[in-house]
This record gives sequence, structure tokens and C-alpha cells, in this order.
Amino acid sequence: MRRLIIKRLFCMIPVLLAVSFLSMFIIDLAPGDFLTALKANPQISQSAVEQMRVRFALDRPWYVQYFHWLKAVVTRLDFGMSFSYRTPVSKLVLERLLNTLLLASTAYFLAWIIAVPVGTLAAVKKGTWIDRLSSGFAVLGLSVPQVLLALLVLYFCVATGVLPAGGMKSAADYDLLSPLGKVADVLRHLAAPAAVLSVIALATVARQTRANLLDFLEADFMRTARAKGLSERRVVLKHGLRNAFNPLITMFGFTVAGLLSTSLIVEWVMGWPGLGALTLEAVRRQDLYVVMAGLVMSSAMLAFGNLLADVLLAVNDPRISYD
Amino acid sequence: MISPLRRSAALVLSGVRPRARGRRRIEERPMTKTIVEPHRPQVGHCDLDGEDEGAPRGADGAPCREKIVGGEDPEFRFPERASRHATAATCYAPGRSPLRSAIVWASGNKWAAGAAAFLLCMYGMALFAGFFAPYGMNQTHYKAPADYRYHHPMRPRVLDQEGGLHWPPFVYGTKPLGSPDRGYAEDRTVRHKLKLFARGEPYSLFFGLLEWDRHLIGVEEPGKVFLLGTDKLGRDLLSRIIYGSRISLSVGLLGIAITFCLGLAIGATSGLLGGYPDSILMRLSEVVMSLPGLYLVVALAGVLPPELSSDTRYLLIVVILSLVGWAGPARVIRGMVLSIRENDYVLAAKAVGAGTPRIVLHHVIPNTMSYIIVAATISVPYYILGEVSLSFLGVGVMEPQASWGLMLSDAQSVTALREFTWLLLPGAFLFLVVMSFNILGDGLRDALDPRARGTRAL
Repeated sequence: MRRLIIKRLFCMIPVLLAVSFLSMFIIDLAPGDFLTALKANPQISQSAVEQMRVRFALDRPWYVQYFHWLKAVVTRLDFGMSFSYRTPVSKLVLERLLNTLLLASTAYFLAWIIAVPVGTLAAVKKGTWIDRLSSGFAVLGLSVPQVLLALLVLYFCVATGVLPAGGMKSAADYDLLSPLGKVADVLRHLAAPAAVLSVIALATVARQTRANLLDFLEADFMRTARAKGLSERRVVLKHGLRNAFNPLITMFGFTVAGLLSTSLIVEWVMGWPGLGALTLEAVRRQDLYVVMAGLVMSSAMLAFGNLLADVLLAVNDPRISYD
Repeated sequence: MISPLRRSAALVLSGVRPRARGRRRIEERPMTKTIVEPHRPQVGHCDLDGEDEGAPRGADGAPCREKIVGGEDPEFRFPERASRHATAATCYAPGRSPLRSAIVWASGNKWAAGAAAFLLCMYGMALFAGFFAPYGMNQTHYKAPADYRYHHPMRPRVLDQEGGLHWPPFVYGTKPLGSPDRGYAEDRTVRHKLKLFARGEPYSLFFGLLEWDRHLIGVEEPGKVFLLGTDKLGRDLLSRIIYGSRISLSVGLLGIAITFCLGLAIGATSGLLGGYPDSILMRLSEVVMSLPGLYLVVALAGVLPPELSSDTRYLLIVVILSLVGWAGPARVIRGMVLSIRENDYVLAAKAVGAGTPRIVLHHVIPNTMSYIIVAATISVPYYILGEVSLSFLGVGVMEPQASWGLMLSDAQSVTALREFTWLLLPGAFLFLVVMSFNILGDGLRDALDPRARGTRAL
């Protein structure tokens, strides 16, 4: 398995190169550049704009810019500077990435904690009202578009005022709070976006758990376990669920892979300051280096998530070997 | 060993499992008893008319009366195990017309049939958008002081204040209470009757081939019938939803058409040729799969020049969405083709001199059809949601076009959510369409791939 990991990590490098190359090309496709908007501003002189252009190397063709960017990344791990925020990109992206990870991990943790027991229950009590009710909710949860759900939850927050609508911290008082107060404040802001993000994951995982467990409930080894006299609970949980977990682990890996993409909409609508919102803004403002860093980061997450899925599967299932 | 996880996530989640020879499947399905059911005319596999060539026949040549599940015909490979749910699969008997198969399937799975019917209605509505919409897509109604902006939805009534019955239904007139934020008050003294096939704004059908000006529902001017309210410019929301459905719904169909054609072509080529072309194409597909999906699409859509016409923009968005998604199906189809080409009937076809085109068209592609149909149906919501997300974020279809995503982005502000909640109604339509596609996909999967029956939710 070590060989697999090393091989995958090596394969990740050309993919990252390809993605960053593609991103530079894409941004170059857009008419004008970051400074076009500034040029239209009469308060800034033309010469100042031209100076900025030279400083940011925006006057060179895109492949030259790419080469410089690559050199900077490889030698100094310097991902460039954000034009609109005037901070180094690596700092900005890291901070926003941590926000996104916080949101996503909370959401998926909640989703899985609820979904696996619900799915198991639905499978064990197949055909009863519990099963039908939870399956119905699962279909509903799967189908509801994230956009709509985010807007509805936002409406709920605005209408009832129970939870804050947007942002990660209360702007005015955050710094005055005690450390515990700060944590509580962030949690309050986290509740709504995490709820939205977890709905779809909940539905998918519950449904998949139920389906996988159903496959195994009548299997021969389950029948043996029951014949041995084990309690039904032990049979289902220890023997059935562990087998049913394999596709779930695959799904978990894919979830990690698609983490950034899935949380983009929720971050944008609910104002959570994450990587997705940052990339989107940067695309709009043609903030070149931020876009590139964002795309490279999400590509890295994708590769990492796929690798995680394979590794976890091999760890869980001794029948699988990659060598 | 090839990792068994190289599948598109959507298909893993949906439980579509293509058969691939030689690939170790972890989730070995348990065997259940083969059920031999007594002949039931409406779902029976055997054909009493004797057209059914493949049906087992008794000694006297008449088709046997018992339904034996698990056909011998290699063109329609049934699993050896069956259950009550799999009866729909037996509708694929040779000699049975597609219409009959469809009716059999629909009667077995009411939810999926309902979903299919709903979708047909939606697509029909999109096709004749001009007729079903009371007003034009960008038709504004100028009337000081509020221009009917942010008008609340009007309720068609049959009973008036005193309790008198009126037919046809009517809507009350409204008076603005000042600026648009103040809203509108119902004026119960004025009643506007709803008319069928009313004259209204002229529109064109079928890309300009036909012109007409009759709308399904209308009201005599100066009355207005805003059944779902108006948006920030005073345009009727129902009309915009209907016009917007043209874009949002067609993106799904066009997207899967491009993706699956591309995926089928590449996957089949890769599977049949093998060797170098296979490796190259699969590496290419791995690279495409490694591209970060939504981020890339947003970035690409965000850099489209604003001078593009909205039609071009729409087409480019569909193309972008499809190009990002072809790799998954291509890989799965390649796996299927690899196993199909080892089958005896392919060898037999080659032995009698069939060329590669015939083998591909007659043997390979029909066997991949069941997967393609299910996977395509399940993927349509992703395209629709992709386009809606792009338009919502402002990088997709732009004004003055109507798209559900664009309309939802109007509902984003706090004021809009609190005061003008009807702006969220395009989302309701979106939800219904996505849910219908999901239910339909489930139903199709049960019919075409009964071994995956356990993953049915309903």
C-alpha cells in the first residue's frame, strides 16, 4: 500500500501542474485584467496603473507569467499576492481553507452521526413506517437544491432572529468576548450553514447505508451468526454493518474530494468566509493569483480525497490489496 | 489490480453497478430464491400470441404458462435471481413493443410513472412557453407610482365578499400603497374575470416559425393577473418561471446528450481497441476527472466575455458542464465493453464475418444501454443544478434572459426574503423537477438493473 500512496502522490504533481496551467490560461481568456477596473477610475492616474501593471507582471504573456509563478512557488512557496486584499495569497488561502474545513467537517460529522443509525434502523425494519418515513425524507433531502435550502434557512434566520444570518463572527463584539464566548459565537454562526450542508449528505448516507445493509441482512454469514445464538443487535452491528461500510468509505473519500466544490454555494449564500467564496470573488475581480491558488487547492483536495478513499478501503477490508 | 473505486461518485451513490468481468466486487450480493411465478397476463414473460420467440415452449409448441425468470437470450441478460420488484425487468421480452413495455413498467411503479408524467408536462410547458405564460418574459407594466414592482401573488377567487358565486374565476384589482416596499392593497370593488385563450403580448413558437398572441390565461387590461407575483422590475414571476424553464430544463437534456455521446464514443473505442489508445484515453480521462469540478466551471464561466449573445453564452455553459463530466461515464462504459467483447455472441458474430461497425452497433451498444439510460437520468439534475448555480452566482445566463437561478439570486437580500418571499418560488419548481428526475432514475434503475433493487428508497 505504501507503493500506492507514493505513486498517487507522484501522479498528483503533473495534475496540479496541468490545473495551474489551465487556470492561468482561463484567467487570461477574460478580457482585460485586474487593473482594467482601476483604469476606468479617474482618480488613479494612468502612469500609476501602468506602474502597477509592470510590477505585477501583467503586461507579459500568460505563459511567461505562469513560468514566473511556478518558479516562485517551487523555490519560495510564494503563491503571489492578492490584488484586492493586498495580502500574500498563501496566508489568505490558508485562513479561508481552515474556515471551509471547519464548516464542512462539522456538517459532515453531524450528517454521518445521524444518518448511519437512521439508515441501519430503516434497513432492519424494512417495510415498516419507520423505513418508509425515513426513505421518503431521504428522497426529499437528496432532491432539494442547495441553493433553495440555503435561501430558506436564511429566511428562517432572518424571520425569527434565532441564529445570525451570515458571517462567521459577530463583527462588533467579537474581540471583546472571552475565549469561550468567541467559541460560542463562532458556533452560533456555524449552525445554519452546517445544517444546510449536512442535509444532502444526510440523505445520501442514510440511503446508502440502508441499501448496503439490506444486501447483507440475508447473507449466509449473517444466518450463521444468528444460528450461533448471537443477539440480533450484535449480528447486525458487528457483522452486518462492518461489511456494509465499504461503499460508505468510498463515499466518504469522494466527499472529502468534493468538499470545496460542495460548500461553494452554501458559503456564498450564507456569507461564510470560506475558500469557495474567496475564489468566486477572485474570479469576478480577476484576482489572478487567488484564483490559481484556489483551483490548485481544490484539485489537491480532490486527489487527496480519492487517495483517502482507497487507503481507508484497504484498511477496512482485508480482502483488498493493491500490490 | 485496478482500484474498484474508479467510478463517478454519482453512480456509486445511485448503486448502478455495471457488470465487469474479472473485477472483484466487494459488495457481493446475496442470492435469493428464484421465484417461478404463475403466469399473469399483464406482466407475464410468455406471450400467449406466440410472437415470443425466445419463450420456452412446451411439447405441443405452445408457450409455457410459467414465467421462468432468467432468460437465455444473451441480448437481454437477466440475473438468475428475481424478486417481486424485478417483474418489471421481464418486460424486456423480445417481441414486445416498447410502448407495451413502458405501460407494464409504469403500472408497476406508480411513483416513477408519476414523476415521468410530471416531467413530460414540464417539458411540454417549456416547449409552448409563450402560450402558457400569461405575459411576456420581460414584459413590464408601467403604472405610477409603483409600476407593479414586487407585487404579491394574486389569488383567483370564485366567491366574492357577499358570498356570491362567480364563474369564470376572477381576481381583485389592486392599488399600490406608495412605493414598492409598501406593498399593494386589494381593491374589492374591482373584479377582473379570468379569460381562457386571451389575447396578449405576441410571442413566437419553435424558434420563430410560428407567431401567435393567445395565452392560456389572461385578464382584460387594465387588470393584471400576477398569479405568482412580480419581481423587482414588475415582471410577472409565473411567466418568467415558464420562460426560464426552457433554459433550465434543456440544459439537462443537452448536457447529458453531449456527455454520454462523448463518453460512449471514448469508452467504447477504448474498450474495443485496447493497448495504446486505451491507455492514452484512460490517462486523459483521469486527468479530466482530477479537475476540480465546480470551481473550474465557475472560473470558466466567469471569464466568458460579456459581449457574447445570451444564446452563445448558454451553449458555451452547456458545453463546459458536459466537458467536465464525460470522464466518469467513459470509464464505466469502457469496463462494460471490456466484458461484453468477451461474450460468445460477439465471437459468433465475428465468426460469421460481422465487421466491427456491426458488432459495435448491434451487440456492444445495446448492452450498454441500460447503464446509459439510468446514469443519464440520474445525471440530469446535476446539469440543471449546475446551470442554476452558475446563474445564481452571476456567471451563467445573464439578464434579460430568464433562468431559475437568476431569479433566485434576486431573492438573496434580507429585505427580499422577509418582505417578498414569493421570489423563492422558482426554487419550488426546481425542487420538484429535481425530485422527479431522481424518482424517475430510481424507477428506471429498478426496471433495467434489478440486481440493484436493494437501493430503492421507496
